[in-house]
Amino acid sequence: MIVLDKVNKYYGDYHALVDITERVDNNEVLVVCGPSGSGKSTLIRTLNRLEEIDAGRIEIDGRDIHAKNADVNALRAGIGFVFQSFNLFPHLTVLENCTLAPVRLKRATKLEARDYAMQLLERVGLAHKADAYPNALSGGQQQRVAIARALAMRPPIMLFDEPTSALDPEMVGEVLQVMRGLAGEGMTMVCVTHEMGFARDVADRIWFMAEGKILEKATPQEFFAHPQHPRAQQFLADRRRD
Amino acid sequence: MFFDPTILQSGQYHDWLVQGFFLSIQLTVISFAFALPFGALVAVMRTSTFAPMRAAGATVVEAIRNVPLLAHLLFWYFAFPELLPESAREVLYANNPEVICAVIALSLYAGVHMAEDIRSGIRAIPATQLEAARSLGLGRVAAVRLVLLPQALRASVPPLLSQTVNLWKDTSVATVIGAAELMYQAARVETASFRSLEAFTFATLAYLTVSLVISLLAHLFQRRYPVRTT
Amino acid sequence: MLELIDTYWLYFLVGQYPEGPLGGLVLTILLSGAALVLAMPLGLLLGIARVSPYRAISLPVAGLVQVVRAVPLLLVLFWVYFFLPAVTGVKTSQATTMLMVLVVFDSVYLAEIVAAGMRALPKGQLESARSLGLGYGAALRHVVLPQTLRHGLPSIVNQLVSTIKATSLGYIIGLSEVSFIATQINTLVFTRAVEVYLILALTYFILCFGLSRLAFLLERRLQRRVGQAS
Repeated sequence: MIVLDKVNKYYGDYHALVDITERVDNNEVLVVCGPSGSGKSTLIRTLNRLEEIDAGRIEIDGRDIHAKNADVNALRAGIGFVFQSFNLFPHLTVLENCTLAPVRLKRATKLEARDYAMQLLERVGLAHKADAYPNALSGGQQQRVAIARALAMRPPIMLFDEPTSALDPEMVGEVLQVMRGLAGEGMTMVCVTHEMGFARDVADRIWFMAEGKILEKATPQEFFAHPQHPRAQQFLADRRRD
Repeated sequence: MFFDPTILQSGQYHDWLVQGFFLSIQLTVISFAFALPFGALVAVMRTSTFAPMRAAGATVVEAIRNVPLLAHLLFWYFAFPELLPESAREVLYANNPEVICAVIALSLYAGVHMAEDIRSGIRAIPATQLEAARSLGLGRVAAVRLVLLPQALRASVPPLLSQTVNLWKDTSVATVIGAAELMYQAARVETASFRSLEAFTFATLAYLTVSLVISLLAHLFQRRYPVRTT
Repeated sequence: MLELIDTYWLYFLVGQYPEGPLGGLVLTILLSGAALVLAMPLGLLLGIARVSPYRAISLPVAGLVQVVRAVPLLLVLFWVYFFLPAVTGVKTSQATTMLMVLVVFDSVYLAEIVAAGMRALPKGQLESARSLGLGYGAALRHVVLPQTLRHGLPSIVNQLVSTIKATSLGYIIGLSEVSFIATQINTLVFTRAVEVYLILALTYFILCFGLSRLAFLLERRLQRRVGQAS
């Protein structure tokens, strides 16, 4: 489903992504973790071309998303992206946030979009807030709306860029619960996160990144029990201390 | 359209335009000299701890700022002399009243705008600076003079230079009461010779040049003395 | 003063209308409002161009802004009123001329307000709109500009105040706006210059101060809304 081939990215002289060659299969839940500055956010942002790459290819469903003449908008419509800072549109209600893109991009009529959005809001537990504005919602609620908004486009893939890092601890659980639900339904997901509990329970595979390279790839069982790479061992040791 | 530069280089029209340009410069410089201290005074009034002082400062600013410069000029030239005693009025009329009234109006108008710039410069300095100065034992006046004002003025220089550009442009409005500055002379040349293109081009180049020079100064100042926060 | 107001209030308000073209305070207000409304589309376009990542688009606009801000409005007014007819053969009325010049100036200042607002909007807003598959134009239309204009509303109201003050310059080309009418009244009455010009100043004050208070209240309301979100 997602194929990365010798992907490289530079910020000036800094080599942010180093020769990334991997694949993500359909229905797979992939967790990307690592210390800050490891390039994990950069990597996930290249997957929907919020960041450009300097070399290599990234194919989503067989289509090169970084091609010069690629229809980026059409490709992005098929990829859901959830941001660390939610980025809900403050001037629109919760419901309008979810129906804006489907209606504007002619994926659905107003009625169809509304119905599906209400279903999704129901699923994330916020149907009763459909007519509220984002500034009336807590962080956890806003992030759940952000997930519903991304799902409203019916994407086959969902990308999560540290979805719980900006939340107060007591709200992390409600968002992770939604994400677990999605994983359970077979959604293809790539999640950059520090939530190791989630990774252990839900991920099919874990990539550990540092300094722009994927240093270790393993199943959660292997990764948590027997990390191979010394950096990964250090990372997990630091995590256990918290 | 035939553009005849010779009338700009010598002759009567050239003289008129150059005289006008110099008067515009003089109006700017003299009004600036009055406006800056006036503005500083009003700014200090507005940041005073004494409420009636603050209110007085605010009143002055709002009363002047919300009336267009043209109306100020009309007032000072047509109405103000009526308020003067006979002898003072005669002195006024004998000594270039157009320029005097223009300077009064321009000084007040530019002054209140400068007051606002200086005030935001003062407010940009965190209160902790003054607290630190007082903690060292400096009296209030000394603290303001040695710690607050230097920083406030440095922060105020770019907007003040911007106000100076505005003042330079505003001198053009003095033509309404007959001050023979650049716009007045340009219109005079146009009426006398129908050479609107040459006259207005001269005026445009003059205004552009001085404005851009002042803006460049502001830019250089900001580069050399950037506002440094801790 | 009361009998002065009693005799001339209608003239002050609408000029010679209906026996002549509209003038006075109503003309001032209508011209200002019309200029701002007409300038909005152009101001939006220029503002969007101003923040464009393509320097071929943003630099010319930046240049235009610099030039317009470096010359007095009166000079542009003279260019359009005296020079343009010689080139185009079409003589525009004072009101039309004033309107055209105001629209040019307002669109430049509105462009700066729009550009500043767009730069101040968190990057994530545009990113999340684009991530949903919306093109740049659609993202601007539905996400960026609605927020930019909402936040820029106090500045836009302040621009209206500036425009109202700028209409006074029409006096110099014989436009019957409120300052011109006041001077006409003064010529008729002759001995009450102080009262006439105080009334003129008060009129502007009420109008402009009122609008700037509105802008201030809008700003406060916006701050509170933003405070809730975080």
